[in-house]
Amino acid sequence: MKSIADLEKIREAALERVNLRSDRQGIRIVVGMATCGIAAGARPVMMSFLDEIKKRGIEHVVVTQTGCIGACQYEPIVEVYDGDEKTTYIEMTVDKAKRVVLEHIVNGNIVDGYTIGSYKK
Amino acid sequence: MELFRSHVLVCAGTGCTSSASLKIIEEFEKQLEENNLEKEVKIVQTGCFGLCEAGPVVIVYPEGAFYSHIKVEDVKRITEEHLLKGRVVTDLLYKDAVIENQVRDIDEVDFYKKQKRIALRNCGLINPEDIEEYIAFDGYKALAKVLTEMKPEEVIEIIKESKLRGRGGGGFPAGLKWEFAAKAEGDEKYVACNADEGDPGAFMDRSVLEGDPHVIVEAMTIAGYAIGANKGYVYIRAEYPIAVKRLQLAIDDAKRMGLLGEKIFNTGFDFDLEIRLGAGAFVCGEETALINSIEGKRGMPRPRPPFPANKGIWNKPTLLNNVETYANIPQIILNGPEWFKSIGTETSKGTKVFALGGKINNTGLVEIPMGTTLREVIYEIGGGIPGGKEFKAVQTGGPSGGCIPAEHIDTPIDYDNLIELGSMMGSGGMIVMDEDNCMVDIARFFLDFTVDESCGKCPPCRIGTKRMLEILDKITEGNGTMEDIDNLERLAKNIKAASLCGLGQTAPNPVLSTLQYFREEYEAHVLEHRCPAGACKALSNYYILETCKGCGICMKACPVEAISGERKQVHVIDLDVCIKCGECMAKCPFDAIVRR
Ligand SMILES: Cc1cc2nc3c(=O)[nH]c(=O)nc-3n(C[C@H](O)[C@H](O)[C@H](O)COP(=O)(O)O)c2cc1C
Repeated sequence: MKSIADLEKIREAALERVNLRSDRQGIRIVVGMATCGIAAGARPVMMSFLDEIKKRGIEHVVVTQTGCIGACQYEPIVEVYDGDEKTTYIEMTVDKAKRVVLEHIVNGNIVDGYTIGSYKK
Repeated sequence: MELFRSHVLVCAGTGCTSSASLKIIEEFEKQLEENNLEKEVKIVQTGCFGLCEAGPVVIVYPEGAFYSHIKVEDVKRITEEHLLKGRVVTDLLYKDAVIENQVRDIDEVDFYKKQKRIALRNCGLINPEDIEEYIAFDGYKALAKVLTEMKPEEVIEIIKESKLRGRGGGGFPAGLKWEFAAKAEGDEKYVACNADEGDPGAFMDRSVLEGDPHVIVEAMTIAGYAIGANKGYVYIRAEYPIAVKRLQLAIDDAKRMGLLGEKIFNTGFDFDLEIRLGAGAFVCGEETALINSIEGKRGMPRPRPPFPANKGIWNKPTLLNNVETYANIPQIILNGPEWFKSIGTETSKGTKVFALGGKINNTGLVEIPMGTTLREVIYEIGGGIPGGKEFKAVQTGGPSGGCIPAEHIDTPIDYDNLIELGSMMGSGGMIVMDEDNCMVDIARFFLDFTVDESCGKCPPCRIGTKRMLEILDKITEGNGTMEDIDNLERLAKNIKAASLCGLGQTAPNPVLSTLQYFREEYEAHVLEHRCPAGACKALSNYYILETCKGCGICMKACPVEAISGERKQVHVIDLDVCIKCGECMAKCPFDAIVRR
């Protein structure tokens, strides 16, 4: 890294990649993969997303990991960024992940029953 | 075993069967045969999926297509389109009833609305293993600014101006510490990060390292520039393997991109970072013990002064800050001290991360502006106490802190207010307690921890805390005397005054604060041999109430046959036989058994 200009270049390129908000076709699936998430089963959930997306040959979707979102009792948590819209899915499982791919990613219908708002104590 | 490329699951639960799932199965069998698919596709009858209102339900694997409200006529289409041609029949897929105003984004939930994320800003947002994502969210921009536009004194001035205080427990002004380290004489200096995080139940530092490791790399490099150090150590406990792995990756990536190493940003500044693993002893979080441990010695504290800023690692001037303290630095540089100062209270600026746990609905990690009240954290962010129980106290500061009772729930959280209440901020554990928690038992729990974790170097801590624990054991078993309570207090004061390090100096706090606010609970144990919360096993018994229906379930559940009674008559427990296992209470369908 030689200069601020270099950093700025990387920043812009990376932002383009990360920030799909400007590019309405892209969907970004982010799986919480801190210790808590992993302990709650985030790894198979992430694999399930990757598998499903590969199996279905879906393009314009990125699956990635992130750190602790802070809401432990909801783990595994998965957030789907689609355009301006963010959906937080909670207590995810391998099967729920498959269904989210099918319903949300393929069909464009948010699976309300899995979202944060449907949590019952 | 036969292999099938596809499985069709048809719900044969009562609900779906009554809505014709058996006919659907028959139709599938017919369709598969007609299409010669019976060797490739298997039909499975399953139990209830729990979505009876959507029945009959059919699921096709491997895709997991979830078809609902399937009629016999639909089977042909599913077979021909999906099973034969591999195209999901989208119009037959299950759709959730659209719930009006359904909250779909976690940011809209009360849990997040009152939070303000500075230290945790990237956690849950970026991929921690991708340096470019960190850069995309302004990562390393503060470092670039510092190295190319600012003098070291200017950096220190900004940190001082911001009034940032250490987040590791003590709350010492960070800027001052940086200044001491910068001014200290020494040919070599070090920057160190305390990621030991020994408080039971605390996990904010781990979350920062796992979710945003580059922020620590960046902040420590900035600190190195400010105080004139070229080398840094991060001390992490080995029990945090994911944090260790991600931090190491971050260090490697930063080196690869020239953000660590020699001539960073083409300036004359070199900086390198190394991870040191701890074995997870609480005392190793104490700064002088931590320094010993980094040097490869046994993790025991030494007297201060000299402070690490003058004599730290290898006796060289060393700046030691906590993970969360560092996590604030880049944002302060980028947004300015005025911005940071605008958040928080008079004496405590910015935010604090808490690990919220105990008797609370929303357990988790919360970052709140200083000055948020305990009530807001517990009821608005935390969602209150489960089961409609009554809030009794909140414990902050872990084994060094204390219990704050309900009457102080409207206190704004900051360093000074918590100390005034006999507790402390600590590193950010926050344990909520309800009416079922016995305060003597809580004090005992923390004392038990400190006795375990005392390094043994100084007698007040090694012997004194052990004596306190013995007295607490005696009281919770119902054998305490009033003199014991006085002795507890005397011991507590002496241990606080005479211990070598912060561990012993704060170890009596859980006892002192519970004595201050819940003395009558101690006295009930001693004078009445009674635990008011019903938590101390030795002092409580199980009783069957008049509302008993005489069903006999408890009698069957009791492993020692302590319960007797005629059918349909109120049963009784023979207290001499009862072993207090609680099975009867757990099994009673009428809530007619209590412990008190
Ligand atoms: C027994 C004991 C345990 C401690 N454990 C930690 C710890 O786990 N993490 C931490 O940052 N500070 C811990 N501290 C405080 C450190 O000694 C030191 O004050 C702190 O790391 C300084 O960083 P700060 O000024 O950024 O808060 C502990 C102190 C004592 C006495």
